[in-house]
Amino acid sequence: MSLVRILPVVPFVGIFIGPLVHNEVHPLILGMPFPLGWVTVWVVIIAITMAVVYSIDPANKTEDEP
Amino acid sequence: MNGALVVIILASLLALALGVLARRGRDMNLEQWTVGNRGFGWILVFLLLAGEIYTTFTFLGASGIAYGAGAPAYYIIAYGSLAYIIAYFMLPPIWRYGKKHGLHSQPDFFVHKYNSRTLGALVSVVDLIALIPYLVLQLTGLGIIVEVAGYGAVSKEVAIWSGAAIVTAYVMTSGIRGSAWTAVVKDILILVIVLWLGIYLPVHLYGGIGDMFEKIDAAKPGFLVFAASGMSVWWFVSTVLLTALGFFMWPQQIVSTYTARNAKVFRRNAIVLPIYQLILLFVFFVGFAAVLQVPGLKGADTNLALFKLVTAQFSPVTVGIIGAAGVFTALVPGSVIVMTAATLLSKNLIGLARPDVTNDQTVALAKWLVPVLMLIAVYFTINGSSTIVTLLLVGYSFVTQLFPTLVCSLMKRNPVTAAGAMAGILTGVVIAAVLTFTHATVGSLMPALPQAIQDFNVGIIALIANVVVLVVVSLLTRTQGVSVAAE
Repeated sequence: MSLVRILPVVPFVGIFIGPLVHNEVHPLILGMPFPLGWVTVWVVIIAITMAVVYSIDPANKTEDEP
Repeated sequence: MNGALVVIILASLLALALGVLARRGRDMNLEQWTVGNRGFGWILVFLLLAGEIYTTFTFLGASGIAYGAGAPAYYIIAYGSLAYIIAYFMLPPIWRYGKKHGLHSQPDFFVHKYNSRTLGALVSVVDLIALIPYLVLQLTGLGIIVEVAGYGAVSKEVAIWSGAAIVTAYVMTSGIRGSAWTAVVKDILILVIVLWLGIYLPVHLYGGIGDMFEKIDAAKPGFLVFAASGMSVWWFVSTVLLTALGFFMWPQQIVSTYTARNAKVFRRNAIVLPIYQLILLFVFFVGFAAVLQVPGLKGADTNLALFKLVTAQFSPVTVGIIGAAGVFTALVPGSVIVMTAATLLSKNLIGLARPDVTNDQTVALAKWLVPVLMLIAVYFTINGSSTIVTLLLVGYSFVTQLFPTLVCSLMKRNPVTAAGAMAGILTGVVIAAVLTFTHATVGSLMPALPQAIQDFNVGIIALIANVVVLVVVSLLTRTQGVSVAAE
């Protein structure tokens, strides 16, 4: 399995861990209740993850595929 | 006539003008009308794919669910981002296949992959049952927005008829191009307004976002976290996963996919769309801000939370600009939905009886089906019954049932047969409908299971049954096929 396939699986676990283990309002994250703040941070992590995947994915190296 | 209404009317005329001008001398054949000649760059595809994020349902519904239910609203932020990860891998092969075979609708994809026009017809029926209520929802939202933001000067009915007429006019003229052009204005308006409202209201009314949540937590303990049972954390996890799978099964999403110029468009969008989706946070903030400011809204009225707060806080012209943005959130998705529905009805259902029909005949029929579908939607909107509301809930679980069949068809050696696909989809759809209409939960069906599993989204049952039947029937029809060949 290449990194391109493994990296995108991580958020499917990570985004749920916070609400599952700590379903409390405090501590606030960026002013938001903990579960909402956790999900928000993970959405940003997803964007970064996909940027990394995009940059290492050989499928994007071929210029202007048909 | 008040200032708000003037702004809303001007915006509606702008939408009409943009939508009609989008044609710009192009010959609207099937290829051009449905998929913009497959020539859209990443920004237009981005706007079409993002169109799903800002429908009236999210504008009114996301603030409404935050206002009315609290924590369960969080799932809306989570599922789209996961769907975009799936899209990174799933959309390029769908796009490539669509281009290779000249596909114009989502049922087309199934017809070609499974070599079965019957499967295509079944998928079309499932799509239509999901799409019509979705269109009704857009029109309902439009009626509410114009009535409230126009301070009651225009009735819901007038607003709904006008909105339907505008969409019909530009969809018939410009097809998907009209939707893409109006989407540009819609997204700029929404972006500015939502960011501003979501920051201004909490700061102005509560002193800050953190202060706002502290005050809500003090006034309504438990509102901002998941319940111990029912809409618990496990409900959240299962709902996010289920809706992430269904996200790109909506037929209009696949049509938007076909419009792309190349496959990189989707991979690039998988980076940008999650961030873009965070704008929904600010819609939540407005809904949460309304909790202590305009308390007492119940049931369907929770959808009014945003506009109740806004009309209480701002001048009519400002309310009009916000209302205009709301109108765009109804018109743009509405136009994509009606075009998608008209295309698959013309090509995959009516076309089933006439296999020798040409593309020019298909598109001519589709264009005239637009006003027909619109009239049906207006009828249901104005004479809205509770059945339609239930159908809305069913719509998402219906299209989700297409996921197993579609994903298997992307494999190099697809183990699923057309018969297996049809049996699986039918099973899933029937179970999803029964579960929704009987308001069943996993807990009410299987009370012996642990609480965590009892709280799972009930749609999972339909999807599991779908996969089981799909596998069994595929195995049976496959061996049958082999033995027939052996004889």
